[in-house]
Amino acid sequence: MRITCPHCGDRDSREFSYKGHALALERPAPDAGAEAWDDYVHLRENPAGETRDLWHHHFGCGAWLVVTRNTLTHDVLGCELASEARR
Amino acid sequence: MDRLFAKTPCAGQLPLSIGGMTVSEVELGPMTALSPRKGQGAALAGALGAAHGLDWPGAGRATAAGDARAIWFGHDSVLLTGAAPDAALAGPGVLVDQSDAWTVVRLDGTGAEAVLARLVPVDLRAPGFGTGATARCRIGHMAGSVTRLETGGFLLMVFRSMAQTLLHDLKSAMEAVAARG
Repeated sequence: MRITCPHCGDRDSREFSYKGHALALERPAPDAGAEAWDDYVHLRENPAGETRDLWHHHFGCGAWLVVTRNTLTHDVLGCELASEARR
Repeated sequence: MDRLFAKTPCAGQLPLSIGGMTVSEVELGPMTALSPRKGQGAALAGALGAAHGLDWPGAGRATAAGDARAIWFGHDSVLLTGAAPDAALAGPGVLVDQSDAWTVVRLDGTGAEAVLARLVPVDLRAPGFGTGATARCRIGHMAGSVTRLETGGFLLMVFRSMAQTLLHDLKSAMEAVAARG
C-alpha cells in the first residue's frame, strides 16, 4: 500500500501511522450535548466502500493527512493535508 | 567542574572511507527550526530573505546563501543552519533551537547513491534528486533528513542519540557496495 503525501510524494505506508476515521476533524461544539459527543467519541461507521482516514506521516514531513480509500478494493483514492481538508 | 569540552555526536569516529566513499562529520553551526504562525507564511519567508538572504524553500527543497542554509524540514517547518536567527524572524515565526540535537554527516563518493539505496526508501538518483533537493524520510530505521549538496554528495541528519546506529548502518552499506566492486 502506498500513499501519495502532498508534501513528500509517493511513499510506502510504513512511513505513516493510522489514527482513525477523519470524523475526528469534525469535533462538536463544547455545548453540543451528550448525544453529539457520544457519537463523536464512541460511534463509528464500518463502511464497505469509500472511507476517509486520518494518517500521520511520522517518518516524513510530520503532517496529518486525510486519506480517501476503498475498503473493498484497497485502492487509495486520494490524499490531502488535514489542515486543508478541515477548512 | 573544571573545564568542559563540547563533543560532536561522532567525535573520534569519522571520517570513515570505504571503497572510494567517505563519511565525514559536518558542523553546521547554529540550527533553528522555523515555523510560521497561522497565516504568517509570507511574512516569515520575507523576513528570512531580508535578514539572511535565503529563499524560503518549498517542500523538498533546500536553499543556501554563503554558510547559511534553509532546509525544508517538514510540514510548515524549515531548518535554518549556519546562522543564528535574526530577531525579526521571531515575530511571524516560531523559533526552536535545534543546535546539538542532530547528528549531521555527509556522504561523498561515486557509490554514495548505491549506499543510500540500501538505507533510504526514496529514489535519490541525480535526475530526480539533484542539487537543492531534500527529503524527510527513513534512513535505516530512523526518521531522518537527506539533502543533496552542491558538490554532489549528501547531507544526512538523524537525532543525535542515534549517531552510533547511523554510522553502523552506513558502514555496513558501504562495505556491501564496495564488495560488489
